[in-house]
Amino acid sequence: MSRRRLQRSVRAPRPPRARGPKFLERPGIWFNQHLQTLIETLGRLRANPLPSIMTVAVIGISLALPAALYVLSENLRAMAGGWDQTAAISLFLDLKVADQQATNLADQLKSWEEIANISLITPDQALAEFRDLGGFEDALDRITENPLPNVLAIYPVPEYASPDHLQALQERLLDLPEADFARMDTLWLQRLQAILDLVQIIALLLGALLGIGVLLIVGNTIRLEILNRRIEIEIMELVGATAAFIRRPFLYTGAWYGLLGGLSAWLLVSLSILVLQGSVSRLASLYHSEFRLSGLGFADTGSMLGASILLGFIGSWLAVNHHLRGAKPI
Amino acid sequence: MIRFQNVFKRYPERGDALSAIDFEIQTGEMVFLTGHSGAGKSTLLRLIGLLERPSRGQVLVNGRNLGTLPRRDIPHHRRQVGMIFQDHRLLSDRTVFDNVALPLVVTGIHSKEIERRVRAALDQVGLLARARATPLALSGGEQQRVGIARALVGRPPVLLADEPTGNLDPDLSREIFELFERFKYVGVTLLIATHDFELVNSRQHRTLTLDAGRLVSDTGAW
Ligand SMILES: Nc1ncnc2c1ncn2[C@@H]1O[C@H](COP(=O)(O)OP(=O)(O)OP(=O)(O)O)[C@@H](O)[C@H]1O
Ligand SMILES: [Mg+2]
Repeated sequence: MSRRRLQRSVRAPRPPRARGPKFLERPGIWFNQHLQTLIETLGRLRANPLPSIMTVAVIGISLALPAALYVLSENLRAMAGGWDQTAAISLFLDLKVADQQATNLADQLKSWEEIANISLITPDQALAEFRDLGGFEDALDRITENPLPNVLAIYPVPEYASPDHLQALQERLLDLPEADFARMDTLWLQRLQAILDLVQIIALLLGALLGIGVLLIVGNTIRLEILNRRIEIEIMELVGATAAFIRRPFLYTGAWYGLLGGLSAWLLVSLSILVLQGSVSRLASLYHSEFRLSGLGFADTGSMLGASILLGFIGSWLAVNHHLRGAKPI
Repeated sequence: MIRFQNVFKRYPERGDALSAIDFEIQTGEMVFLTGHSGAGKSTLLRLIGLLERPSRGQVLVNGRNLGTLPRRDIPHHRRQVGMIFQDHRLLSDRTVFDNVALPLVVTGIHSKEIERRVRAALDQVGLLARARATPLALSGGEQQRVGIARALVGRPPVLLADEPTGNLDPDLSREIFELFERFKYVGVTLLIATHDFELVNSRQHRTLTLDAGRLVSDTGAW
C-alpha cells in the first residue's frame, strides 16, 4: 500500500444515513434475503461435504426403515385386494332344488339391500370346473349322476361386509327353505387385514420414534455448527444483525438436511424395490399371478419429503432456540 | 447525541470500572477519550454500543434511553453506532471485502449497492487493492483500517473508535484522523478512545479524560 495512494483515496465522506432501507420500502428485500440464504446454506453444505453426507445418510436410513415397512404393508394389501373378489358367502342349496328354481331364487335375493351381486354356479358348471382342475378324472368317470348342488356366490355391498353383518346375512339366508348350508370364507382375509393394520401402526410408531431421532441428529449437527461459528455470530450481532437474520441460515440448513435425508430415504426404498422386484415376480408367477411390487407413490413421496423437511426444520429450530439464546452480549 | 447521567459500571470481580460519569456530546462533535490503561475507556464505549449495560445511571443516544430500549431494537441501535474495536474483531475466514460488507449484508440491501459502498469505504482507508485478501494476510495496521472501513461503511451517525490508530505509524494515523475530521464536518458524532496523548494534543478537539473510572477532566467544546 503506497502512501501516495492513500493520500489520493482519502475523500470527503457522504453525509450519514441513519439506517439501511426500511423493510416496507423494499418489499423485494425479504424474498431476496431468503433466496440468498437458501442458496448460501446449500453452498455451505457442499463446501463441507463429509459431515453433511454423514448427517444426510443417517437421516436417510432412519426415514427409509419406516417407509419400507409402510411400502411392504401396502404391497401386501394390494396383493390381498386381489382376493377380495372371492364371494363373501357361498350358499349351498338343497340337492332337491332344480336349476330353474335356483335362478329364480338368485333373482329374488338380488333385491336384498345387503347384497350387491349374486352369481349362480350350477352343478354342471361346478363339475366342469372340477374336470378342468384335473386329477379327479377317475372319480368323475365313475359317477353317473351329478352329486353337486346349486351354489349361490353372494357378494355383499361394502357397508354390509363387516363380520357382524355377514353373520346376520348368513343366518337370514339359512332361513330360506331352499338353503342347505352356507360357508363364509372371509375370516382369513379379515385376519390378514388386521395384521396389515398392525404392521402399518408399527410403521407409524417406528416412524415417530425415528422421526425424533432425526430431530436429535439435525439438532446436534446444527448445535455444532453454531459453536463453530460463534465468533462470526458475535461479530454479526455487533454490526447490527437481527436475531432473525442470524437464525435464518441455521434453519435453512436444517431444512436442507431434511430434504436431502428424505430424498436419500426415497432412493433407498426405491433401490430395495428394484432389487426385490425380480424375485417377487418369479414367486408371483408360481402362483399364476402378475403381481408386481409398487414403490412409494407420488403422494406418499410428497408427504415423506414434506415430513422430513419439517423434521429438519424443527430440529434446527430447537437447536437454534436453545443455543443462540444468550449469544447476545446482553 | 450521547449523554451519560451518573453512570456506574461495576464488575463483580473487580469493583467499579466507571463511577459517576456525567457528560453530553452534541451531534457532529468529535471528542477524544483519554486516560491510562485500565481507566475505563473501552468500557465506556461498550456502554454506548450496548455491548454492556450500566450498573447504575442512564446512557442516552440520540434521545433514546438505552436502558429502556427493547431487546429487538438493539440491532437497529447498533446500525446507528459504528464501532472500531481495539482488537479489530475481523472474521479471519472471510475476505477483506466480505468483512467490510457485513454491516450492509445484515441490513439486506442489494448486492450491487453493497459492492459500490464497500469499494468506496475500502478506498477511503486505502485498502481497495487488498479487497480479496484475508485479514490474516494483512499487517496490523491494515487490519485496523479494515475495521475502520467496516465501521463507516454503513454511514452511521455515531462513530466509536477504540484505539483506532494503535497500530498505525504517525503518517497513517494523521491520515485516518483527517478522515475522521471529514466525517465530523458532515455531521457524524465521533468518540475516539486513545492514549496517544501526543496526537490528542496536536489536534484540537474536545477531550474527556478518565482516571480509574472517574471523569477527571473535560476540556469542553473547542
Ligand atoms: N468483562 C470484564 N470483567 C471484569 N473486569 C473488566 C471487564 N472489562 C473490563 N474490566 C476491567 O475494567 C477496567 C477498565 O477496562 P477498560 O478495558 O475499559 O480499560 P481501557 O481504558 O480501555 O484500557 P486500555 O487503554 O488498556 O484499553 C479494567 O481494570 C479491566 O480490568
Ligand atoms: Mg481499551
